[in-house]
Amino acid sequence: MSAVAFEQVTLTYGGRRVLSDVSFSIPQGAFVGLLGANGAGKTTMLRAILGLIKPAGGAISVLGRAPKRGNPAIGYMPQARRALTHMGISGLDFVLSAAGGHRWGWPVPSAAEKEAAWKALEEVGAIDLARRPLAELSGGERQRILIAQALIGDPQLLLLDEPLISLDAAHQRTIIDLVHEVGDRLGIAVLFCSHEINPLLRAVDFVLYLGNGQAAIGSVDEVISGPVLSKLYGTSINVVRVAGRIFVMADDVELESGAHVHDL
Amino acid sequence: MSTIFDYEFMRNAFYACTIVGIVAGTVGYFLVLRGQTFAGHALAHVGFPGATGAGLIGLSPFFGLTVFTVVAGIGIGLLGERAHRDVAIGIVLTLSLGLGLLFLHFYTAFASQATNVLFGNVLGISLRTVIVLAMLAVVILVALVTIARPLLFASLQPELAEARGVPLNLVSTLFMILVAVATAEAVQIVGVLLVFALMVAPAATALRLTRGVLAGIIASMLLAVAIAWISLSLAFLTDWPTSFWITALGAAVYLISGFAGGMVSRGGFRTAKL
Repeated sequence: MSAVAFEQVTLTYGGRRVLSDVSFSIPQGAFVGLLGANGAGKTTMLRAILGLIKPAGGAISVLGRAPKRGNPAIGYMPQARRALTHMGISGLDFVLSAAGGHRWGWPVPSAAEKEAAWKALEEVGAIDLARRPLAELSGGERQRILIAQALIGDPQLLLLDEPLISLDAAHQRTIIDLVHEVGDRLGIAVLFCSHEINPLLRAVDFVLYLGNGQAAIGSVDEVISGPVLSKLYGTSINVVRVAGRIFVMADDVELESGAHVHDL
Repeated sequence: MSTIFDYEFMRNAFYACTIVGIVAGTVGYFLVLRGQTFAGHALAHVGFPGATGAGLIGLSPFFGLTVFTVVAGIGIGLLGERAHRDVAIGIVLTLSLGLGLLFLHFYTAFASQATNVLFGNVLGISLRTVIVLAMLAVVILVALVTIARPLLFASLQPELAEARGVPLNLVSTLFMILVAVATAEAVQIVGVLLVFALMVAPAATALRLTRGVLAGIIASMLLAVAIAWISLSLAFLTDWPTSFWITALGAAVYLISGFAGGMVSRGGFRTAKL
């Protein structure tokens, strides 16, 4: 059974076709880098897997079933949009809010919810961060807490939307290694959304690259190549490998860097 | 001080302050957490034409105020993110005060009460009003206890809450209705213009000084009640308006908590660390 399978899927966002007729499948346990330019449809694809938007055509299968909103088998870390500046909210509060937060009632955590929160914090090595205010944590520490929150409920599939945004290179590396290691330990598939391939090179099994309404999946060498990316970008692309890094160029302009803008 | 409770109006004022302090502190905590304090401010202003308009057609101003704030609360809840535009809020605020002024123009007998609606008149609260306040408070608190879990989740991490099946629009609209009723209650004490003092200052202070959600809510509630009580006592001693003391004490605790918080972390602005 694959973790995620798209069969001739068409997705629209705000009336615009973001993906058309896309098919691929991600095996369970794989670490997949989800790449593409702003507006290429990365977040839209994650939302479709979560069951928040219905495909305009085709069929999506998540862990062998149709996508369903509120699916507890999916762990999701949304793109960080807001600065959490309140000193009164600790990492533990934040993780706990996701444990049973979909039920009605007063937010006094049950013993099982506390246990789930501490277990998730332990998975990402954030036990010692748990009592500190979220507002006081560094970017990398905060991403750790967010990943712990995504792990609540023992998910079989992890969707991470731009966890590397606004992190420096050292912290990017720490977060990627952490996610890679957690995914391996739990034996679950990870879909890791990023603007840039280079930080992910050390970890990914596959790359899923979106562009021009299409998708390409495969190993880094298969996908990050001139012919494939030229098709996805709809323009002539050169891929240059220098000292273990990959540069994606169109008419001598590097495409991937400088794209660190929040998108939808 | 021994004579302060000899007066019925003082006893009523203390009852009212206790009830409203509990409600404003609790609802205010979530309001500040969600970054919707200006929506609360706007709701209070929208209440002004409600109060003066109700006076115009012979209804109770409190009733008119509550109806207007609740309708505005539903509107803000349904509009969601689109309601958080400062130009739109600013225009609605001024239009509301303008309309309230127009109603006063047609009903000059109410004009003497306008100051009470704008700045509050806690010493004029009747026992009947206290009972109404208490009943509304029970409804607000029961409703808040019911939605608090998804509300907290949706406040901290809305996209994840949505993915986990939390009905975001329903939760935020229900919450704005609670804010609307709580605002109408707070207006009885501090008036339309000063609702911030009771709804926001204690909650923002509590969020700075506490760790943990439950501790924060309790601290916010206790602070609001304490500020209201101390203000009433100071008003009794000085003969200055209670509303002034509430705003002054609210500002004072918020400032002091800033210094106290600043000692803990010399962080300053942490915009780069998102």
